[in-house]
Amino acid sequence: MPKKGKVEIKESWCKGCEICATFCPKKILGLRNDGKMEVKDPENCIACNQCVLRCPDYAIKVEVIENND
Amino acid sequence: MEMEKYFRVDKLPHIWCPGCGHGSVMMSIVKGIDKMGWDPEKVTVVSGIGCSSRAPGYMNFNTLHTVHGRPIAFATGIKLANPELHVIVITGDGDGAAIGGNHLIHACRRNIGINVVLFNNQIYGMTSGQYSPMTPEGSMATTSPYGNIEPPFDLCELTRSAGANFVARGTVYHLPKLDSYIEKAFGKEGFSYVEAISQCPTYYGRRNKMKTPLEMLEWQKKNSIDIKKARDLDSEQLKGKIITGIFAERDDEEYTARYDQLIKSVQGGKE
Ligand SMILES: Cc1ncc(C[n+]2csc(CCOP(=O)(O)OP(=O)(O)O)c2C)c(N)n1
Ligand code: SF4
Ligand code: SF4
Ligand code: SF4
Ligand SMILES: [Mg+2]
Repeated sequence: MPKKGKVEIKESWCKGCEICATFCPKKILGLRNDGKMEVKDPENCIACNQCVLRCPDYAIKVEVIENND
Repeated sequence: MEMEKYFRVDKLPHIWCPGCGHGSVMMSIVKGIDKMGWDPEKVTVVSGIGCSSRAPGYMNFNTLHTVHGRPIAFATGIKLANPELHVIVITGDGDGAAIGGNHLIHACRRNIGINVVLFNNQIYGMTSGQYSPMTPEGSMATTSPYGNIEPPFDLCELTRSAGANFVARGTVYHLPKLDSYIEKAFGKEGFSYVEAISQCPTYYGRRNKMKTPLEMLEWQKKNSIDIKKARDLDSEQLKGKIITGIFAERDDEEYTARYDQLIKSVQGGKE
């Protein structure tokens, strides 16, 4: 079973560049109308940390909430 | 990673544009410092002027934001006065290759213990997009509205030849590799030069048919070629390519250590 993650986006630091959404292998991140990133489908996060690694504004945190390894 | 330990979080978010690569390179440097386990009190980060050179303002170490092109000159003084400090220079392709190019080659020649990380976005970002000595041939810039006719400087070849102990080039697209080059550079005594290909979507991308940061990252991915593969190609085949990898790795004696020995031997001679 893969890991599961809880994504937290610090809105005041997000500039809406969409880099995180492109690198997310599960494609669960998307821009809101106001230009801030949001988690569209929180259930499917696998805590791979790609979004954290790629965000040039350090606006994302991912907490591992379930690890069945 | 403890953000508060290494960043002045009250100064964030940084002023860089959406999708600017400089934020990624700054984090790569901080991760390198963290990996080295250096005491932040013993780290000094020095920069010149440019978007890239604004990085130390966000970094929670001893920091010095100097004048355009001169961070290596300031850093040389710091290292000579306090050889126990870890001295890191953050510079740009304008700051480090144009106005500051001469300081760079002499610091390599001396092999002084300074770790230079050059944020190469191939343009003068801060002043709205003039071409730099590292702008690829054919690129559009405000000062080359019909395309740049100058070939770009390969600072990895230059610093390698000039005597740097460690030289590497990575890209923001290949971020984990860039992290590893920076870590290796920090682990070296003597001078190191790491070039990080960064993206300036605002002033380079927009003029060069890459409007979004993602298109710029894609360009980095498509155009990069590993140094081992590059050895089999001629200059025509390598035109416009980003050669990545480690260019130099040696252990020649560091400058302040030599200087220290000199002082000791001169003083010893008097007794
Ligand atoms: C002596 C001097 N000359 C020119 C300038 C104007 N100037 C400020 S930043 C800059 C270029 C910065 O380019 P780069 O180092 O590549 O940094 P970037 O903004 O692209 O990160 C120039 C020419 C200056 N501040 N001081
Ligand atoms: S990468 Fe960071 S700044 Fe860019 S959209 Fe995602 S969270 Fe926002
Ligand atoms: S941790 Fe991975 S799966 Fe979860 S949002 Fe980030 S990139 Fe997507
Ligand atoms: S102008 Fe270019 S280099 Fe400067 S912050 Fe904007 S994207 Fe980054
Ligand atoms: Mg630049």
